[in-house]
Amino acid sequence: MIYHDSKVLLEVRGLRATVNGIEILKGIDLTVRSGEVHAIMGTNGSGKSTLAKVLAGHDAYEVTGGSVLFQGSNLLDLAPEERARAGVFLAFQYPIEIPGVANSHFLRLAYNTLQAQRGEEELDPLEFEDFVREKMKLLEMNPDFLDRGVNEGFSGGEKKRNEILQMALLEPRLAILDETDSGLDIDALRIVTKGVNQLASQDNAIVLVTHYQRMLNYIEPDFVHVMRAGRIIKTGGKELALDLEMRGYDWVGVEHRAAVEA
Amino acid sequence: MSAVLQNLVNQPYKHGFVTEIESDVAPKGLNEDIIRLISTKKNEPEWLLDFRLKAYEQWLKMEEPKWPNVRYPAIDFQAISYYAAPKPKQKLNSMDEVDPELLRTFEKLGVPMHERAALAGVAVDVIFDSVSVATTYKQKLAEVGIIFCSISEAVHAHPALVKQYLGTVVPVGDNYYAALNSAVFTDGTFCFIPKGVQCPMDLSTYFRINTEESGQFERTLIIAEEGASVSYLEGCTAPKFDTNELHAAVVELVALDNADIKYSTVQNWYAGDENGLGGIYNFVTKRGLAKGTNSRISWTQVETGSAITWKYPSCVLQGENSVGEFYSVAVTNNYQQADTGTKMVHIGKNTRSTIVSKGISAGHSNNSYRGLVRIAPTAAGARNYSQCDSMLIGDKCGAHTFPYIQVRNNSAKVEHEASTSKIGEDQLFYFAQRGIGNEEAVSMIINGFCKDVFQQLPMEFAVEATKLLGFKLEGSVG
Repeated sequence: MIYHDSKVLLEVRGLRATVNGIEILKGIDLTVRSGEVHAIMGTNGSGKSTLAKVLAGHDAYEVTGGSVLFQGSNLLDLAPEERARAGVFLAFQYPIEIPGVANSHFLRLAYNTLQAQRGEEELDPLEFEDFVREKMKLLEMNPDFLDRGVNEGFSGGEKKRNEILQMALLEPRLAILDETDSGLDIDALRIVTKGVNQLASQDNAIVLVTHYQRMLNYIEPDFVHVMRAGRIIKTGGKELALDLEMRGYDWVGVEHRAAVEA
Repeated sequence: MSAVLQNLVNQPYKHGFVTEIESDVAPKGLNEDIIRLISTKKNEPEWLLDFRLKAYEQWLKMEEPKWPNVRYPAIDFQAISYYAAPKPKQKLNSMDEVDPELLRTFEKLGVPMHERAALAGVAVDVIFDSVSVATTYKQKLAEVGIIFCSISEAVHAHPALVKQYLGTVVPVGDNYYAALNSAVFTDGTFCFIPKGVQCPMDLSTYFRINTEESGQFERTLIIAEEGASVSYLEGCTAPKFDTNELHAAVVELVALDNADIKYSTVQNWYAGDENGLGGIYNFVTKRGLAKGTNSRISWTQVETGSAITWKYPSCVLQGENSVGEFYSVAVTNNYQQADTGTKMVHIGKNTRSTIVSKGISAGHSNNSYRGLVRIAPTAAGARNYSQCDSMLIGDKCGAHTFPYIQVRNNSAKVEHEASTSKIGEDQLFYFAQRGIGNEEAVSMIINGFCKDVFQQLPMEFAVEATKLLGFKLEGSVG
């Protein structure tokens, strides 16, 4: 939701990044304010997921130009774990399995690390158990998930719910959801998006990276950006997503080229 | 991030100090005279000298095994000293008389001896080079009829028992290194749990190689009579030398009807430096005979040290319904090489075995699992389950699995599962994205990977093993 006078949370200017020497991001500009929901759409290979990973600090990607300010300070100076502790959260497109490490142990460690960072009280295993069970209700998750290995043997939908559970626990300022809708059936999509909506507030912002408009039926974006070949080539309101759903992505490219040539 | 990984896996060896104690060292080389010298020094009975000479005769005819997946220059067996004993200043009657220098060494190693032994509830038979210098708790154990002493002592105090069992599980000519050990073994541990006795505490031996260019050839014999049970812990460290020391031990376990032996090892022999210089050659034969009905033998090992490891703790499941278990974590780093695994030989009906092996390779190391499951024609209804998982850290190390399965009975069931995984940047990134730093992440991943094995270790050992992997792979854990 767009709030009057809300603060700028994320300011991306001319961001360029390469992987293995190949330039993927070719100058991204994006401003996200508190309370807003942004959707970044585009075809495969347009650089959407790369943008998400670069913001989170994955070091397979090299930033070759531009700047990123997060709450006024240089995000690019921070290590990935420092970005997380500063309030940047990435819900992974392909959450990683960590066999043998109990989900509850992992979640508690992540939670307590952030609590320590904020100068807040850490929870012991019993206190945390009560706390996390409440959060799990939001996502209609079975408490059994706590005892299983992190994402170990989880179905695609279970993994995505586990990601949003982490978002619920960590209460990030900026949540980047990388294709959280992919691999979800319609019921799971409804549950996951309901969870995200409940977490959205005036103090945080959400950036959804997605191919399809269907997720946007549940989470209403304030802005829709279309990416193509490493750039944002069009920005509009939620109606843009509906246009894309009906007409595909090609016309945006054609329009963009025409504008560039004119 | 690979630089980070490298720092995490390259922790210095903490036990690499030499203790300045005058040693009684035999001249280098191996021949009948040396064997007679050892036997005389130890004041041994004639039958034991014969045992040694027979082994030596067999050894001369044998060749070093070439099949393990390890590479090393030929060992000059004539350049090794086969007997090294700390010269005691006087005869030892109690722990208070033990050379304080020696005690300080063990203190540095964190061995729970002396008062600490009482607190920890661990009885320790300490082997320093080749001679057992102190045995705690012997008295308390003797009250329930348990014999726990050095094997040299047992040869004199309980000759009939030693003679009855020595070499029955690992015959003198079993393999090259077992034959060598049988010829020159200098000390080791003897443990006898009589019928119906549950050993009231974990028994423990701490081995340590101290003298440069000396081999350590210890011999362990554990017997659990009908209905008896015992848990035995073995820990090993060695000081740092640029040369390679040979360690060729033999461990024999015998379990009679309904007896239960659990043998746990944490091995942290010096592994050589980051360029592969120095380190222990650990060529060990360990075998348990589950002789009686419903008997059980369980091996748990955490192998983190040694330049080269060649070790296959095995179970011969002779008694009906007997059970064999092997739980192993083998960690290699730098230029370490490990070829380790187990043999489960099913002879009796309805015998069952479980193998869980976890190999972790880092640096330029090479880590092989080699395991044999043999179901004899007599082993109707036998079952085996094997699981072999490998984890790679970095891209210059190797992991290999060599399973051998021989089934000669149609009613047997054998299952084998294997996996290989890699601690990759993506895993570390996932942790980092949740605010968890690399060190803690590696520690969690490794401990998760090894969980099935660590759960088998007695409590104090599990803590030690977790710490050791911490030192070895992550840095500040513990």
